[in-house]
Amino acid sequence: MKMKAVNTPVRKKDAMALVTGKPVYTDDIAPKDCLVLKILRSPHAHALVKEVKKDAALKVPGVEYVFTHEDVPGTRFTIAGQTFPELSPYDRLILDQRVRFVGDAVAIVAGKDEASVNKAMKLIKVTYEVLEPVLDFTRSKDNRVIIHPESDWSIPVGLEPDKDRNVVCHGIEERGNAEEELAKCSYVVDETYHTKANQQAMMETFRAYTHIDVNGRLNVVSSTQVPFHVRKTLATALEIPKSQIRIVKPRIGGGFGAKQTVVCEMYPAFVSWKTKRPAKIVYTREESQIAASPRHEMQVRVRAGADENGKIQAMIVETLSNAGAYGEHTPTTIGLTGAKTLPLYTSNAKAYKFEFEGVYTNTQAAGAYRGYGATQGTFAVESAVSQLAEKMNIDPIRFREMNMVREGDIMHAYHGETANACALDRCLERAKQMIGWDSKYPCRDMGNGKVRSVGVAMTMQGSSIQQVDVASVSIKTGDDGFYNMQIGATDMGTGCDTILAQMAADCLHTEVDNIVVSGVDTDVSPYDSGSYASSTTYLTGQATIKTCETLKKKIIEAGAQMIGCSSEDAEFNGREVFVPGTDQKVSLKDVANAAMCGSVHTLEACEKSTSPVSPPPFMAATVEIEIDKETGHIELIDYCAAVDCGTVINTNLARVQAEGGIAQGIGMALYEDVVHSKAGKCYTDSFLQYKIPSRLDTGKIRVEFESSYEPTGPFGAKSIGEVVINTPSPAIAHAVYNGTGLRFRELPITGEKIVMGLKELEKDTGK
Amino acid sequence: MKISLWINDKLIEDDIPADTILLEFLREKGCYSVKRGCETSNCGLCTVLMEGKPILSCSTLALRAEGKHITTMEGLQEEAKEFGEFLADQGGEQCGFCSPGFIMNVIAMTRELEDPTEQEIKEYLAGNLCRCTGYQSQLRAIRNYLEMKKGAK
Ligand code: FES
Ligand code: FES
Repeated sequence: MKMKAVNTPVRKKDAMALVTGKPVYTDDIAPKDCLVLKILRSPHAHALVKEVKKDAALKVPGVEYVFTHEDVPGTRFTIAGQTFPELSPYDRLILDQRVRFVGDAVAIVAGKDEASVNKAMKLIKVTYEVLEPVLDFTRSKDNRVIIHPESDWSIPVGLEPDKDRNVVCHGIEERGNAEEELAKCSYVVDETYHTKANQQAMMETFRAYTHIDVNGRLNVVSSTQVPFHVRKTLATALEIPKSQIRIVKPRIGGGFGAKQTVVCEMYPAFVSWKTKRPAKIVYTREESQIAASPRHEMQVRVRAGADENGKIQAMIVETLSNAGAYGEHTPTTIGLTGAKTLPLYTSNAKAYKFEFEGVYTNTQAAGAYRGYGATQGTFAVESAVSQLAEKMNIDPIRFREMNMVREGDIMHAYHGETANACALDRCLERAKQMIGWDSKYPCRDMGNGKVRSVGVAMTMQGSSIQQVDVASVSIKTGDDGFYNMQIGATDMGTGCDTILAQMAADCLHTEVDNIVVSGVDTDVSPYDSGSYASSTTYLTGQATIKTCETLKKKIIEAGAQMIGCSSEDAEFNGREVFVPGTDQKVSLKDVANAAMCGSVHTLEACEKSTSPVSPPPFMAATVEIEIDKETGHIELIDYCAAVDCGTVINTNLARVQAEGGIAQGIGMALYEDVVHSKAGKCYTDSFLQYKIPSRLDTGKIRVEFESSYEPTGPFGAKSIGEVVINTPSPAIAHAVYNGTGLRFRELPITGEKIVMGLKELEKDTGK
Repeated sequence: MKISLWINDKLIEDDIPADTILLEFLREKGCYSVKRGCETSNCGLCTVLMEGKPILSCSTLALRAEGKHITTMEGLQEEAKEFGEFLADQGGEQCGFCSPGFIMNVIAMTRELEDPTEQEIKEYLAGNLCRCTGYQSQLRAIRNYLEMKKGAK
């Protein structure tokens, strides 16, 4: 296929609307007469709600309703936005009598405006029976405090859950005898790493509005990545059939996984369904910090062993994950800590083992954040690999070259998939050249109390969830021959509406502008499991190509009939159906218009895709930092990344994805940390305490593409959305070690920790 | 309390509670480009111009604008479009939620600074957070835009 639109920097279709500030987001289009909702939240990490006195609140002018756990349906559900089979526990109610973290919902207050609702919130008197909380996730299993004692807790497909021991999931995967092989290794590292919860901190906080339509159905307009799963969750939570619910997604102000969870939609949905009045909720930044869906805090132990020749022969990863108060996404994220790390090094190893366990605690429930477990695992495994190289006195890049997965290798730890398209070797070489590794490794003393050092890391992710995710696309031909394209995947700013139109344009030999893409509306869009798991470009891209092929056939058939020839003899070039070598032809315009009148030709197609494999994108990165040994301050000098996402569909959007993901990873490495008090109160409840990188903090980020060609991918493409966030933590930690001799196994690596560490080091060496 | 001010050169008179925040007031008046991203004056999404100078409308009382000229992106469509084309050509508006506040500040910067260095650009715009892009594409857009402006002179 000739690529005209694919692999070019086409502007996003909505770009000009966005840069001129048009009202396209949820709160811009919410009706003015919505009831405004606020959630009264628990001040205790673990308690039972004994009594809620609401009379005074209801007397505030403008306040109309206060709902508590006594008012809501009693069916438990999960807010994880995942398709079937569902692995997350049904452990939530819209409002529960038992509150399980500081910030858990106690009551919904609804009124005509924010001021009156805020006033009413202060007047509600709640009596709690305060219970002992479990805050430390390493002490949760078999704790005498049980976080989910309820008997109606259930899980559609469980991975060895044991809720009476606070265990959400557990599992082991092994190939060969890893312990035995590890014991035989000449060089072994055995280290434990600790990554913290991080907030996605998308600029548009969680929000949705709801109303009842002319047919009495519940309509939800929501800033979500997973419209079809919002529908599913609401149907379960409200105990109503899915046919009664419609979800519409407008433009979204960022998601990064946060909006793969149904964080806020159930509140206005419940209120609208109950009162038949429009309702809206807009989370404050504070709420988005304390009662949202952050990255899982994890403890990852890595044991890696190499033989005397520097070949890695055994690797063991053991992950403990902190689910927080509810289990959404816990059984699924955790698997990636092994599945997206072990395969980088174990294709030719003798054995590996992966063991995982997720546990409940009385902290904010974790969810999906870009990278989805792979990020945490990558920090641990890449750090351990660098340490193993050091132990063997081999350059860390050389050591990776000796051990990494290469094209054609079987990745046993990755569902046994073969690396059919893998340019990781080229990526690593490129990242090495970009930074000038050989002249900079390990560090240079700048002579002013500052030292410049370099670090390296590499990573992989997936492209959709193999044999699970589904994507569908439907395209119809309009009169005069333009196209309407409907996708169920959500564009969350990532530009998938444009990227998929680029693919369709090339398949139908037309211009991107001739393809109109509609945002998701569950009433009309074809089913899609959603924009997550790096699935959109790859899987929805596949569906796009299939749909275009079917549509082309139909256009050729209709055209051939008009010409009066057999459709086998006719071809389509985007403008006309013609018979090669003759002057017989009919224009697309005429074909399309003929279909509008006295015709049986349906010039539309809908095809679906699911993939037996999830081809991994790969990435290698090197970083140069400058450490001020006096203050511990780290300055990013240069971040060099080489990415293999297969064919790059939109060169601009892919680059910006990579730069943005790296910046988020830098935040995770250096300062982002969800911190709680001893009583479980979240301290990092605003951008004052929870710092995300500003443009002064990110330094120079350089991204280059080293493309492989993925045979199953659309135009050879793999994914890019998630892989880009994984390398900063291990690469920066490695650079810090190379500059200071301090090995950080806990994130974030703050200046304070560096100064303290250097003091310790001085003491130890008796300087 | 009574208030009268100019929003995008249109005289607006109203009676509002004394504690009305300018951000909410502007949205109320249909200026939906003005966004809120935080409650702590950290994100810059709410940037508007008061008498031509950038301010954070989230931490300004509406009454402070009494008798003043407030400009939002609704009133600067031409300039927004002019720079916006450069941003779009870099894919530097990912979700776009930060774009209005950011662009308002870029416009203010180009009015205020003659030929700013990279460091000056970064410092001027440091208060405009963006979670999507990692800032590099925005910088490329600004550089190209300034080049174009220089060439046009
Ligand atoms: S809303 Fe964040 S600075 Fe104004
Ligand atoms: S483009 Fe999304 S926050 Fe800047």
